[in-house]
Amino acid sequence: MNSLTGTRALTRLALRLDRVRLTVWVVGLAVMPMGTAANYLKLYPTQQDLEAVSGVLSNPSLVALSGPLFGVSIGGLTTWKIGVTEFILVALMSLLTVVRHTRTEEETGRLELLRATVIGRHAPLTAALLTAVLANLAIAVLVALGLMATGLPAAGSAALGLATGLVGILFAAIAAAAAQLTQSARAANGIAAAVLGGTYLLRAVGDSGPTWLSWLSPTGWGLHMRPYAGERWWVALLFVGFAAVFIAVGYVLEARRDVGAGLLAERLGPAEASPGLRTPLALAWRLQRGLLLGWTIGLALSGAVLGGAAAGIGDLESPNQQLTDILNRMGGRNGLTDAFLAAIFGIIGMVAAAYTVQVTLRLRQEESSGRVEALLATRVSRLQWAASHLVFALLGTALLLAVSGLAGGLAYGAQVHDVGGQVGRVFGAAMVQLPATWVLAGFGVALIGLAPRLSTLAWAALILSVLLVELGALFGLSQWIVDIAPFAHVPKLPGSAFTATPMLWLTVVAVALGAAGLVGLRRRDMPVA
Amino acid sequence: MTDAIRTDALVKTFGRTRALDGLDLAVQTGEVHGFLGPNGAGKSTTIRILLGLLHADAGAVTLLGGDPWRDAAQLHRRLAYVPGDVTLWPNLTGGEVIDLLGRLRGGLDTKRRAELLERFDLDPRKKARTYSKGNRQKVALIAALASDVELLLLDEPTSGLDPLMEEVFRQVVLEEQRRAGRTVLLSSHILAEVEALCDRVTIIRDGRAVETGTLAGMRHLTRTSIQVDLAGPVDGLASLPGVHDLQSHNGTVRFDVDTTALDAVLRQLTAVGIRSLTSQPPTLEELFLRHYDRTAGAEPRSEVAQ
Repeated sequence: MNSLTGTRALTRLALRLDRVRLTVWVVGLAVMPMGTAANYLKLYPTQQDLEAVSGVLSNPSLVALSGPLFGVSIGGLTTWKIGVTEFILVALMSLLTVVRHTRTEEETGRLELLRATVIGRHAPLTAALLTAVLANLAIAVLVALGLMATGLPAAGSAALGLATGLVGILFAAIAAAAAQLTQSARAANGIAAAVLGGTYLLRAVGDSGPTWLSWLSPTGWGLHMRPYAGERWWVALLFVGFAAVFIAVGYVLEARRDVGAGLLAERLGPAEASPGLRTPLALAWRLQRGLLLGWTIGLALSGAVLGGAAAGIGDLESPNQQLTDILNRMGGRNGLTDAFLAAIFGIIGMVAAAYTVQVTLRLRQEESSGRVEALLATRVSRLQWAASHLVFALLGTALLLAVSGLAGGLAYGAQVHDVGGQVGRVFGAAMVQLPATWVLAGFGVALIGLAPRLSTLAWAALILSVLLVELGALFGLSQWIVDIAPFAHVPKLPGSAFTATPMLWLTVVAVALGAAGLVGLRRRDMPVA
Repeated sequence: MTDAIRTDALVKTFGRTRALDGLDLAVQTGEVHGFLGPNGAGKSTTIRILLGLLHADAGAVTLLGGDPWRDAAQLHRRLAYVPGDVTLWPNLTGGEVIDLLGRLRGGLDTKRRAELLERFDLDPRKKARTYSKGNRQKVALIAALASDVELLLLDEPTSGLDPLMEEVFRQVVLEEQRRAGRTVLLSSHILAEVEALCDRVTIIRDGRAVETGTLAGMRHLTRTSIQVDLAGPVDGLASLPGVHDLQSHNGTVRFDVDTTALDAVLRQLTAVGIRSLTSQPPTLEELFLRHYDRTAGAEPRSEVAQ
């Protein structure tokens, strides 16, 4: 027996437990760059088009958001457009996977059961890392092959695939170290995600000015591998080196601590509840406030950065007749800016919907964990309990959209020196997204009430909606199929005329789904595992 | 005397599993009622129906004079519940959970809360995630026992408690018992606990009550073990009605006797002359085993404890 005994069995267990989750991640992350490249091949068929659009991308806000454009080619543009997003998502997948198979298992006590079998000290951590590495390798290969299949150069495709996989592996390593620090999986995820956020900021600041800063950031390294722009393969060594360091740190820390314990001690809390903690809503606020705060900050920042970026769109000096034509058809420079803002807030709406779904499904989490039982044995009724969390799904999302709209409006207005005129328009662009997010909340409630075991399908509904709206046109789907997505009905503000009818319908659908779900929730047995 | 809890022919099925199969249960107001049965017998299912969490498929159920499914929230003001498997919000401290549950129930006796924290030796400042199973159990117990309610529903409340804490629990329940009008339904498979605390007992097996009554009454229905040294030989003892498993060795006779036949058998023995006699009333354990011995051949049932 050595410290790795049992790694193979544990890896198989992890892959078995994650077979759906990881498959969705891998396929999603593999399709995104391919779809983007295919999209650009259609949009910019000539080198002239590419050069025209590349002019826009030197706008400082866009560079901060997505990094610099290194190569004026379809590949270069694809890397610019999808690279940073892909890196962030693959990093999230990896850190969540590693923490799930280490600290979460430990926190729930399941690992204790496994530890009592013939399992080496480092086997669980190794198995978690192996699982993440396998997923990242699959993503790397699929991204590279997918891009080659769309006709992009092999070297660049391989570099982008490799960069994606390496970012993922590095964050798996960072999570391996973070998982040793805290007793709670949430805190471990938080630490690793904070590192990810920090590297994003370093890169954003570095790309806007002092370049050396972006060399401190793994998401920066991915771009510095220069896919499709004279690949620098040696950058891969940075990833491998740092991943090795973090993995080593993880192993050393794991060897020094007790099972179940963290290196950071758990602080004591209040011995008595604050006087306000006496209603289901107060409890829900206590459970939801951290999440809401994080999302609010995130969406406020996104709104501000993107609003600022929109201001640069109008400065575009287009040498290209075709683009000028498109521009004019859209209503001139202002039209282009408005279209950009509408597109941005369309995306923000879908991102905010992720919060909506997450918060709605909190009901299921409370139920399947068994915590709801103690609560429902008090005078709290099922509807009161459901309402206490759904307030966050409905109004919390409204807050997120409002904050991102205000931040975006202020940033955009400040740049074009028309704060008073722009804040309202941009705010409207954000708020029209709200009824569509409510439909997803309604669908989630319907699942929870009527088919509780299937309630994770609420995520599938969100992903499907996003894919239909973003890629439906690309794949030539009929409009009625795209229309299944609630976001397909959102008025494209600012720019187009505001129509209340679709908003009203979306709200009606949301209410109907929600009501059906709540009726089901009142009638069914609880708790259902 | 009124019944705090009454179920008649309660049926509950989960898919193909028949968790309750015509359960009759009557708990009188003011008594501590033991609810005995092995894992998977349907104890937790019954309690969840009493809480209005599950909807019975058939049968009638009354709790504190109301319908637990229809009037759940109103009835819950008057009862407190300790689940068998306590899960808490990991970010809240034990003290916060106790206060929250107490307030949601309609109020908490703060003096009693402090006293119980002391007696159960629980640090209320710790986050729930750091509590062991026993400590989580204590949180739920203190929250329930510090509430001023008419009915306590306790589902295997001492699982995970150490023997010292089990003793504290017994004392606290005995105190509760002395307060008039307070009813306790105590589900358990720890026989000593039930024997020490309960006025009446219902034994359930495969979702059906197989025995119910006072412990004394149940004993009456069963056999007493007798070991006796006799002055002379005795004939015909084995053929007396009510005598079982007779063994005789050097003037020492051992046998079991139905409680109803005890008098007749003792007369016979006295006639011969008794040198010494020990009699053992049946323990609850024996009662219990008598009902469960027969389960060996029964099909395995899955516990519905989620």
